[in-house]
Amino acid sequence: MPKIELHDISVSYIVGDFSTVGLKDVIIQRIQGKYKPKEFVAVRHVDFSLEEGELLGIIGTNGAGKSTLLKVISGIMRPTEGTMAVRGNIASLLELGTGFDGDLTVRENTFLRGAMLGYTREFMNRTYQSIIEFAELQEFEDRLFSHLSSGMKSRLAFSIACLVKPDILILDEVLSVGDGAFRQKSEDKMLEIIKGGATTLLVSHSLDQIRRMATKVLWLEKGEQMAFGETAEICDRYQAFLNGK
Amino acid sequence: MIEAFKQFGLMLKKHQFLFEELVKRDFKKKYKRTILGMLWSLLSPMLQLLVMSVVFSNFFGRDRPHYTIYLFAGNLTYAFFKDSTYGGMNSLMANAGIITKINLPKYMFLLSKNVASLINFGLTLVIFLLFAAIDGVTFHVRFLMLLYPILWMIVFNIGFGFILSALFVLFKDVQYLYDIFTLMLMYLSAIFYYTADYPEHIQKLFYLNPLYVYITYIRNIVIDGFIPGWGTHILCAVYALGALGLGAWIYKKYNYKFLYYM
Repeated sequence: MPKIELHDISVSYIVGDFSTVGLKDVIIQRIQGKYKPKEFVAVRHVDFSLEEGELLGIIGTNGAGKSTLLKVISGIMRPTEGTMAVRGNIASLLELGTGFDGDLTVRENTFLRGAMLGYTREFMNRTYQSIIEFAELQEFEDRLFSHLSSGMKSRLAFSIACLVKPDILILDEVLSVGDGAFRQKSEDKMLEIIKGGATTLLVSHSLDQIRRMATKVLWLEKGEQMAFGETAEICDRYQAFLNGK
Repeated sequence: MIEAFKQFGLMLKKHQFLFEELVKRDFKKKYKRTILGMLWSLLSPMLQLLVMSVVFSNFFGRDRPHYTIYLFAGNLTYAFFKDSTYGGMNSLMANAGIITKINLPKYMFLLSKNVASLINFGLTLVIFLLFAAIDGVTFHVRFLMLLYPILWMIVFNIGFGFILSALFVLFKDVQYLYDIFTLMLMYLSAIFYYTADYPEHIQKLFYLNPLYVYITYIRNIVIDGFIPGWGTHILCAVYALGALGLGAWIYKKYNYKFLYYM
């Protein structure tokens, strides 16, 4: 049974200037009959499936809908059309380092983030030490989170998210965390998870990385699915497309 | 209805760890880990009360007993409503960085914020009762009935917070409009004046304001010495369930759409 199945998935939403002009103006525009909502399609008719242990590279220029698609798969967004099935627990590393609280200590943030990722308190009590050790933040446990450097922040985020054994791993441009030594460690950790049989989705602008790691490739352009299939072939076509631009 | 509550209970159990951690976070942020922070949140309503009673005692409170307690009951309720709904309004946007990255039930953020407000309210309530005792109010078993309006106030504030937080995701000027709204509401809630001074048909109009209903309930019990009638009991519940129902409906319907605008 495929781990991830997407059938004809589309995501669209109403865009308008209402978040900038505000409620008063929208009400006035409605009264005057000038209110015109526009629909924006972020992802259009995407259709693919992945088996266990596969690594899907997602490529496309900026604004192609890559991040939106990852949000749909991780369950944060609901598709407006289409059906999907995602089987297994997901570890999603979308834009590391955001969503932490600068006013709390490293320890408090670690527990809070663990709770958000759906871990239990017992699990956190058990794994807290190894999270801190992996992130190499032993001396900073009781410091305020805002006092950490940005590299330390992403190291912590990575460690919390990766010390579980996920069935599905979602990576959005996160293979470059921290300094050289930690980057090697985080890549090793991720490869360990991938080799352990996790189905992985990887968004990257580095075609080399995709060629090296991916077993399948999905190419998106302006929300449209351009191609899905063999890595080498699609990467070549994408390269040609980029050169032709 | 009962099924919905059951499901809600299950959700809470499932996310209990998250809920506790969020409450801890909101609590720490509110009081900045200082004893003074906690004192300050009690001091500011006290100061307000002091100013109001100095200014208004000569106008409204001259020939009425327990005017300070009368003021306090109004302030207490209004401050709880304001604190809780402002916190609720901001709860989604303030956590946008989390909500757009991790799949979580969004109402958790609003509920944890409400717990912090509730703790504050509880502390002020203790001081209120202390003041009442000093002012010569005799305590009676019917004081237990204070729990009734308080319970519905909690529900009402949560529901109102739901509605506001959803609006705030879409319209960024809601916070300024809400400033004006709360100011008007304060003047309309008979916090420092007496509705008995108005003609009877106007007095009835005050019951359209949920805050006024909750304030009146508390005053009836503490100052006037009686438990209000069935009508007030029903109104307390209707307003609260109305706000919660509308808020829950909005969340259920637009839950996954909030994200596009954060």
